Amino acid sequence: MLTILFDGVAYGMLLFVLAAGLAVTLGLMNFVNLAHGAFAMAGGYATVVLMNRFGLPFLACLPLAFLFSAALGLAAERLLYRHMYERSHLDQVLFSIGLVFMAIAATDWLMGSQQQSVRLPAWLQGRIMFGEVGIGIYRLFIVVICGLMALGLQWVLAKTRFGSQLRAAVDDRRVARGLGIPVGKVFAITFAFGSGLAGLGGALGAEIVGLDPTFPLKFMLYFLIVVTVGGTSSLTGPLLAALLLGVADVMGKYLVPQLGAFIIYAMMLAVLMIRPQGLFARGR
Amino acid sequence: MAKTLPAAVVVETQAAAEPLSPAAFLVAKSAWRWPEILFWLSAFGLILLLPNRHLLLNEIAILGLFALSLDLILGYAGIVSLGHAAFFGVGAYAAGLLAKHGISEPVTGLVLSGAIAGCVGLLTSFMILRGTDLTRLMVTLGVALILHELANRLDWLTGGADGLLGVSVGPILRRFDFDFAGTTAYVYSLTTAFLLFLLARRIVHSPFGLSLKALKDNRLRAATIGIAPNRRIVAIYTLAAVYAGMAGALLTQTTQFVSLEVLDFARSADALLVLVIGGSGYLYGGLIGAIAFKLMKDTLSAMTPAYWIFWMGFILVILVLIGRDRLMAALARPFAPLLRRLGARRS
Repeated sequence: MLTILFDGVAYGMLLFVLAAGLAVTLGLMNFVNLAHGAFAMAGGYATVVLMNRFGLPFLACLPLAFLFSAALGLAAERLLYRHMYERSHLDQVLFSIGLVFMAIAATDWLMGSQQQSVRLPAWLQGRIMFGEVGIGIYRLFIVVICGLMALGLQWVLAKTRFGSQLRAAVDDRRVARGLGIPVGKVFAITFAFGSGLAGLGGALGAEIVGLDPTFPLKFMLYFLIVVTVGGTSSLTGPLLAALLLGVADVMGKYLVPQLGAFIIYAMMLAVLMIRPQGLFARGR
Repeated sequence: MAKTLPAAVVVETQAAAEPLSPAAFLVAKSAWRWPEILFWLSAFGLILLLPNRHLLLNEIAILGLFALSLDLILGYAGIVSLGHAAFFGVGAYAAGLLAKHGISEPVTGLVLSGAIAGCVGLLTSFMILRGTDLTRLMVTLGVALILHELANRLDWLTGGADGLLGVSVGPILRRFDFDFAGTTAYVYSLTTAFLLFLLARRIVHSPFGLSLKALKDNRLRAATIGIAPNRRIVAIYTLAAVYAGMAGALLTQTTQFVSLEVLDFARSADALLVLVIGGSGYLYGGLIGAIAFKLMKDTLSAMTPAYWIFWMGFILVILVLIGRDRLMAALARPFAPLLRRLGARRS
């Protein structure tokens, strides 16, 4: 039982890292980016290629996956997304769906449509026993890394100069610009960093959630759930939502497999009906 | 488009106040213009003119009807839905199950399927009343996903991933049998689409339709002048669900097969793309867009069968990036007088 709970927590942590970038772009910048999963997929595929073709060790691949996705995100932000910030939500939705479709087809063409697998190094396999509870080492690894990431993010956002610049830029673009904050640059860096995190999540999660070209579409809803259920005003909300979602999903699949994904969807609808602004948000 | 609309509405109300009484204004708005007549005449003319393309034409008619139903909520009520396929799928499965279990007469099946989809629409419409665009997006998407999952799991009823087999559809009104060339199918779908279009046209030109547009422009302001938002949104959402359900039923009846694909996310996205191509908020957008979309899909997937989805995404990105309105205005300039006569209101 506790093992399942821990698996759920690990899954939730993973979801948080995957969706953290979206929490910032969608939650703070109010930009509906359905293509967030595409960056996660890019990170996952980068890891697969680096490991299988160039024989790099798994640990070295993680930062590279981060960098790869971040670079992609930066390029996409400067070339494409930048023009979409001021548009209507409908435009943003259409635009990012278009990107998702392109990413799916391009990946299919480049890498083939089969499931990709990541071979974990031996020291990350197996499980350790704490009394009665068996914990997968890799799951533990994920929880530690993702936990550190979450703490780091919170610290950057709340305590550093960059964090306050970002919050100012999000609150009021014009005033922030007037105060001399390079809004465009701040947004670009944030977007790149968020994409990078997604890439890292994709690399970490390839072993657990699988990786194939339809990844962005399959997990789009999960990311969106994390952000909307978590509320869009802080990072703690999405973190709690991600944990909740992870635990509920894993538990549901272990305990009542015949219900499948119902639990998640039903929970999401219930939360959105009762609290449209998210579970943990202050009312606006 | 949203930005230009308030001005247009103001102009309309002024125009209504000065020379015309409100009733006369509405009558004038809803007068038939010659390109509309031409459009429908040529649509029916294709029955004779293109006898060997009826299968494709049938698909266009169905997609057009589906996009029309999305236009009702997107173009007139301003609700962005990512899960409109939910109602299409409900209608499709309802029609399939009805045909399988006894009611094989298509028109009866069509009406019943529409009613069933409408019930689902009515039930789910209460979920989209609150919250922001994003919440509505998630709710519509979530509803479609739940239905997809349901259809997948209830395989004793729906056939699950294998699709619903054994759908046998009888002759329409017990007289006209479906044929292999798809002629009956096209005539049937087109007639249905035409009748439903007439109804939709009547509705959007009614005071109710105008009040919807007011809601779309500014819900708060509309509410303060005495337009109750929630009832109207429930009504139009239900109506759109009925339309989508009927489109789904048409697909089932003319292909005699239902698969999980009717509930796919891609189908909702297709409808959105169709509306982006055709323009929303003047009813013909869905129909014109459906023609363009199907022709494009046909040529593009003939060139690169597996990667049609790439081009679809590419078109979406380009369209939005350049600006839907601007690009479409440039493309449509040669046809501008025509479109204006069809009732399009973009400048």
